[in-house]
Amino acid sequence: MYDFAYHKPSSIADAVKLLSEDPDAKPISGGMTLLPALKHRLNRPTALIDLSAIAELRGVKQEGGALVIGAMTKHVEVATNPLVLGAIPALAKMAASIGDTQVRNRGTLGGSLANNDPAADYPAAALALGASFITDRRSIPADDFFQGMFTTALEPGELLIAVSFPIPEKAGYAKLRNPASRYAMAGVFVAKGGQGVRVAVNGAGPCVFRQPEMEAALAANWSPEAVAGIHQSPDDLNSDIHGSAEYRAHLVTVMAKRAVAAA
Amino acid sequence: MNVTIPFEGIGASVKRKEDLRFLSGRGQYTDDMNRPGQLHAWILRSPHAHARIDGIDTAAAAAMPGVAAIYTARDIEAAGLGGIPCGWQVTGKGGKVMAEPMHPVLASGKVRHVGDPVAVVIAASRAEARDAAEAIEVAYTPLPALSTMAAALAPGAVALHEDAPGNLCFDWEIGDAAATDAAFARAHRVVRFETTNNRLVPNAMEPRAALGDYDPNSGEHTLITTSQNPHVIRLLMGAFVLKVPEHKLRVVAPDVGGGFGSKIYHYAEEAIVTWAAARLKRPVKWTAERSESFLSDAHGRDHVTTAELALDKDGVFLGLRVATLANMGAYLSTFAPAVPTYLSATLLAGVYRTPAIHGQVKAVFTSTVPVDAYRGAGRPETTYLLERLVDVAAKEMGLDRLEIRRRNFIRPDQFPYQTPVALQYDSGDYEATLKGAAEAADLAGFEARRAAARARGRLRGIGISTYLEACGIAPSKLVGSLGARAGLYEVANIRVHPTGSISVFTGTHSHGQGHETTFAQLVSEQLGVPLSQVEIVHGDTSKIPFGMGTYGSRSLAVGGAAMVKAMDKIIAKGRKIAAHLMEAAVEDIEFDRGTFRVAGTDRTRTLTDISMAAYVPHNYPIDEIEPGLEETAFYDPKNFTYPGGCHICEVEIDPETGEVEVVAFTACDDVGRVINPMIVEGQIQGGLAQGIGQALIEHTAYDADGQLLTASFNDYAMPRASDLPSFAVSTATTLCTHNPLGVKGCGEVGAIGSPPAVINAVVDALRDYGVTHVEMPATPLKIWSIIHGKSGAESLPAAAE
Amino acid sequence: MPQVTLTVNGKSHSIEVEARTLLVEALRETLRLTGTHVGCDTSQCGACVVHLNGDSVKSCTILAVQADGGAVTTIEGLAAEDGTLHPMQEAFREHHALQCGFCTPGMVMSAIDLVNKHPQGLSEAEIREGLEGNICRCTGYHNIVKAIAAAADVMQGRSPEVAHAAE
Repeated sequence: MYDFAYHKPSSIADAVKLLSEDPDAKPISGGMTLLPALKHRLNRPTALIDLSAIAELRGVKQEGGALVIGAMTKHVEVATNPLVLGAIPALAKMAASIGDTQVRNRGTLGGSLANNDPAADYPAAALALGASFITDRRSIPADDFFQGMFTTALEPGELLIAVSFPIPEKAGYAKLRNPASRYAMAGVFVAKGGQGVRVAVNGAGPCVFRQPEMEAALAANWSPEAVAGIHQSPDDLNSDIHGSAEYRAHLVTVMAKRAVAAA
Repeated sequence: MNVTIPFEGIGASVKRKEDLRFLSGRGQYTDDMNRPGQLHAWILRSPHAHARIDGIDTAAAAAMPGVAAIYTARDIEAAGLGGIPCGWQVTGKGGKVMAEPMHPVLASGKVRHVGDPVAVVIAASRAEARDAAEAIEVAYTPLPALSTMAAALAPGAVALHEDAPGNLCFDWEIGDAAATDAAFARAHRVVRFETTNNRLVPNAMEPRAALGDYDPNSGEHTLITTSQNPHVIRLLMGAFVLKVPEHKLRVVAPDVGGGFGSKIYHYAEEAIVTWAAARLKRPVKWTAERSESFLSDAHGRDHVTTAELALDKDGVFLGLRVATLANMGAYLSTFAPAVPTYLSATLLAGVYRTPAIHGQVKAVFTSTVPVDAYRGAGRPETTYLLERLVDVAAKEMGLDRLEIRRRNFIRPDQFPYQTPVALQYDSGDYEATLKGAAEAADLAGFEARRAAARARGRLRGIGISTYLEACGIAPSKLVGSLGARAGLYEVANIRVHPTGSISVFTGTHSHGQGHETTFAQLVSEQLGVPLSQVEIVHGDTSKIPFGMGTYGSRSLAVGGAAMVKAMDKIIAKGRKIAAHLMEAAVEDIEFDRGTFRVAGTDRTRTLTDISMAAYVPHNYPIDEIEPGLEETAFYDPKNFTYPGGCHICEVEIDPETGEVEVVAFTACDDVGRVINPMIVEGQIQGGLAQGIGQALIEHTAYDADGQLLTASFNDYAMPRASDLPSFAVSTATTLCTHNPLGVKGCGEVGAIGSPPAVINAVVDALRDYGVTHVEMPATPLKIWSIIHGKSGAESLPAAAE
Repeated sequence: MPQVTLTVNGKSHSIEVEARTLLVEALRETLRLTGTHVGCDTSQCGACVVHLNGDSVKSCTILAVQADGGAVTTIEGLAAEDGTLHPMQEAFREHHALQCGFCTPGMVMSAIDLVNKHPQGLSEAEIREGLEGNICRCTGYHNIVKAIAAAADVMQGRSPEVAHAAE
């Protein structure tokens, strides 16, 4: 790891100020992705802005028909929070399946979403649930937030504060883990709610994406059988030693069926 | 004979003596140690698989903070250091000795695999050394990579080493080709089988580390290193690389966090820190990061084999013909040439009476990390080949998988059994282990379980492997005639202290095997002293007379036998002392569990009486024998030992995803006499996990440019707890006939017998799909590709037929 | 250089570290608590697991400065003052759940957190799943799983102590 300066602001305003003053500074939340990258010297930030002392970034609250979850809320907190378990159990279950216990004890919702790893779980949940991303300056709909591999709509220095998840009627998630990394080889999050039926796919492509054919089929008939015959095109999907694009495409259908069954 | 098993003696599941320090965080592994004034080394490694080094500019790096020195091949050569030696010379067809290219400590002129060490930076901290290494500028001209054996053997392929034309290390054969041809000529049927034994990365959990130090007053060099055999390192590094005599070189292997073969070999980093510490007059430590382990620890397996089995109309084996390509990687690691030849092809008879066998092995240099022995070392490759081949033959002949095995088993009354491929098996009972495993696995009830799985939408299969292996390596004269450059005896020194407590110095090394307990049980029982009074000392060339270390499941069979021999000498001397003290004839003195007795009387002396007399020789036969009670023995084994057994695996496949779940695994093994059943079962369980890992998830892949694609735990799948079932492990014993304990060895059987059992189960689960073979590892992608008849497995070698 | 205060195994330490110093480096190199190990550089093997404020964390993936003010428990801090082992340590010994010992400290720390977070008890499958973040190359996990189940019974009062099986 290269050395860097370290700051631990106690307010959102201070954090935003630090980030705006130094374009090469990086915010750190749980650090579960950032620290391994720094250890391999893949990244050379001048400073790390530790967000963990900012109390207003944590916690779960219900606001109308949505759960608003602070960006610094840990996976383990989402997995075990009674509000989440009651309102969106699929989200709690998804959070309980991220990485391992130690990752869940440190990793955060905001960190995962702002990183937008194609194989991470949260992006699928946020996209399928039609979440809104509340930052220090605006609110970004999920459909605009995920822009590509490790790329989001967040501007330089823009800080994710919380994510608002509309409470669905039904939601479910299923994934197949990569045998080595245990990240999702392909995962599908399905949700039915105020925004209709939304199906989001992670792991399979370079960025989380929606599956419109499956959404239409499930809108007509919410059942595993409805998606069983829908084939995801392998075009543009990821291919590596663990899974060809064709295999991942196949898994999308299988995981969609299982996600609906679990919902 | 009235045999009572002592509470802590042979056969007792005594809790391990070593556990308390490990469970309390007080283990002392190499990286836990630091010496005053210590510097840290970082190795700059090649990013290219094959390239010419046109120049190395270290000026900027040398000026960076904390840097004490930077060394390249030029410094190594100027200092007159030798190359990393190979410990085994194979002589091939026509008496042609193997090509043995120079293996430089730091790459000289050329790099030959990604990870080949190019320069070393020594600095005040590891981070500073790494910072500076990034500032070294190396000018490379890339040369064609030889990522696969096929690429290396292709006509016109560039030579990795000038003195290994065609990238061939050797072309070797064993057995009687003419007799084998004759057997095939009268065969009712010939079954062919081709397979790749997948390349593995050992990944002991403790990364390699080395700490060098030098005492200018005595001129003694010290190396603390993560090694399975400190004396072997002292020999190889001292005599061949650094040219330091043994009495000025101390090698310590303290607590070592697993080895599995990968810590047998002498590695460049050991020589670098030892040499640099003397040059800089400061201790120098190097510790690998896991990413470096992937690029610098010797890999395992990587054989491509074609086999043909000739059978008569009843399924009796008539002949076996096998041709193997064995990947050596870029340089010859310490034991590499022995693995596909004397540790693999000599096992081609397996547990069967095949009368005619011919095997040949071509060893090939490629631009990959060197390949050497990994848990099982050659025997897993042959076992996998045979046990898959026998299943394929059963299917082609329409025979039951058990029946074809039984028709060909070597029977208990046929021992000693001379195979056509050099080995003479001393004992075994393959029917007994088969029966033991089949009953424990409820083989008879399998079809009902299969039907129940099918109702749940899952494909269930069962696979069997009946195997043996040769371990307890090995008779020195034999291995010497086969090209080993060392003897493979073992050494024990037993020191009975004046008050009767005992220190045992062994040349073997424990890095998880529990020697401190098992050996203590052995000595405790034989000499009749409490376990707490016996201390096992290993891992330090300054304390232990000599030794060859731990690998090839040899520690008890060879090292334990050396202890028995040393104890026999202690007892013999003790009898003389006892005879003197009790004024009896030596011939009349009996020894039994700690007590010397005049036969037929109640006159006795304890071992403590004798040891006290030996060290305080006031009343002592001083004209006949020396004071003191300490004996050293070298034991050279008379033969290999031959553990064997039966493994039965049951899997369920999710046909939608291709995931394979091992739902049950049963092993019944004959490892000879068992000293500590708890430890033996643990060894077998651990071996099974590695065998199942090889069969299902572990895989090492290089791309065409020679880049290692599976270079971290993110891409190289390590078995986790959720990948494995609870195991049903048992033993069925026949005793080894040629060592004093009757022991055979248990360290590797799990990894040797299990891979074919798993794949046989996978193939059985897919029987309705017409599948005859699935290459290892049987990943979800591969299984799905087979089920769905899709391509997609091309990125893994040799997809299923 | 940043100053960090850590309470480690009940003792408070104020140490100077670089911002880039990992918690595991501070423990091993500054405080000389070498029971916590490093087995990989991709945050997967779990040899470095310690407890931070009561939760298991991978000390190779947390900066010492991030842990400032925190309470850390390492393998060295589990046994009682008189040397009595924690029930999990005792169960690992009783069930031969360790061989080379290198993964053991992290494995034990993860296992204790796993049991603590499942007061209702654990099935074999839950134990195996709960060890997702810890890799052992020696044991095949069989005896680790047994040891954790046995320790859970003791820690949760279903069994008075680890049964000392008659050898």
